[in-house]
Amino acid sequence: MLDADFFRRWLIACAALVDRDAARLTELDSAIGDADHGSNLQRGFTAVAAALEKEPPPTPGAVLTLAGRLLISTVGGASGPLYGTLLRRTGKTLGDAAEVTPARLAEALRAGVTAVAELGGARPGDKTMLDALEPAVEALGSADAPFAAAREAAERGALATVPMRARKGRASYLGERSIGHQDPGAASSALIVGALAEVAAG
Amino acid sequence: MRMLINTPETVVADALRGMAVAHPELRVDVENRVVVRRDAPVAGKVGIVSGGGSGHEPLHGGFVGPGMLTAACPGAVFTSPVPDQMVRAALAADSGEGVLFIVKNYTGDVLNFDMAAELAEEEGVRLAKVLVDDDVAVTDSLFTAGRRGTGATLFVEKIAGAAAEAGAPLEEVAAVARRVNESSRSFGVALSSVTTPAKGTPNFDLPDGELELGIGIHGEPGRERRPMMTSREIADVALTAVVEDRPPTGPVLVLVNGMGATPLLELYGFAAEVGRGLAERGIEAARTLVGNYVTSLDMAGCSVTLCQVDEESLRLWDAPVQTAALRWGR
Repeated sequence: MLDADFFRRWLIACAALVDRDAARLTELDSAIGDADHGSNLQRGFTAVAAALEKEPPPTPGAVLTLAGRLLISTVGGASGPLYGTLLRRTGKTLGDAAEVTPARLAEALRAGVTAVAELGGARPGDKTMLDALEPAVEALGSADAPFAAAREAAERGALATVPMRARKGRASYLGERSIGHQDPGAASSALIVGALAEVAAG
Repeated sequence: MRMLINTPETVVADALRGMAVAHPELRVDVENRVVVRRDAPVAGKVGIVSGGGSGHEPLHGGFVGPGMLTAACPGAVFTSPVPDQMVRAALAADSGEGVLFIVKNYTGDVLNFDMAAELAEEEGVRLAKVLVDDDVAVTDSLFTAGRRGTGATLFVEKIAGAAAEAGAPLEEVAAVARRVNESSRSFGVALSSVTTPAKGTPNFDLPDGELELGIGIHGEPGRERRPMMTSREIADVALTAVVEDRPPTGPVLVLVNGMGATPLLELYGFAAEVGRGLAERGIEAARTLVGNYVTSLDMAGCSVTLCQVDEESLRLWDAPVQTAALRWGR
């Protein structure tokens, strides 16, 4: 079972991974965007980690909802509302249970990813964060070692964005020239799923 | 890259502190990143709020004042502001007559302003929204996030601001703003890349002797790269793109806009070529504004925006405006 502390540790691990990879995310973003994805997420997850270290909410749902709200209030750009919505919707779906099973988390994340798709109007194959999140949630719901499988699926999904042509977000303005670069949103999504696997492995 | 900054993290806050020093007629909330007319909310008048990523100065904070914006919220460099800022700006601008959000068409701006609109309406603010999407370089709207908001933002903010100042109700101000956007088209050219404070190195590599056509205002590379051209040739490429997309059937406002690092000497020379190109095409330039208004940090280059006007919108354009970056009449 996964309790509030598990989710707190997940988000703090996200902050550490984003911190570590901020320069890489910004570099990816400078190729097909505007060179700020790393620093924007860093600002958001730093705020999330600080809040969760100070006064962690009592339930998994409350941890995720608070983190989502903070991302919306601090990140800006498209990634603020999108990642904020992912965590908020996942948190709200978990309700006020004190502990949740991995299967229940998979269900809730599915709802979160659906909300992201609705908000951004993107589909898998558009070269966005969905290309990492969709396969990750799929793996999380079905595999034997769900967390490790989700990480692997997200990383594979992020790499699979390289040959895609962007149809959403700022990279879409490049048309054919977006081909050959990894989508920075898919890369950061893979990090977030990676943090989940890291915390689950203990 | 040498920059006149303290740290990349404090660039926006430092600039806002500077706005406060230079412009006592504005209320500058550095902590919450909102710039408001000192006399807001103005009784009986619709509030006009805009915002967007920083790095495009004087857009938007430089356009706050009588006759233009009531409030503006700057985001981080090239990053949409967050809903909290927009709600704060809306509440500060609302006299009870409602608030118009002017939103440049970028995924982040649209998402954050939509969230803010919902929150502000819950607080009792009547809201309307206009999207600015004038950049003709984005040709394939079906497979992209749609046309970007660029130079026309200045026309929309000025003319909507004048309508609000004249006492028009929210629905009418919003309709005027939409009409201005629909009547406007832009095209931009980069002669150099752009360097964000966070990254510190140029965002894309533009070799000597080449230029980038169809750029946006965020250092996103354009759609096509060509060998360097003369000012005259650039003016013709830009005008052809704009005019083919929406052939004017009457007089136009002309914005000859610098991207930030192009000297005014060059920009005025370019304005002459734009004037020549318009005359050759039989298009009447009712007014021409030349300067750095919708910029992209340290990018060299320019954009041309044409906005077809009728008598009413020309009168609103000519109406007095008192802001940091645009002021005339009284």
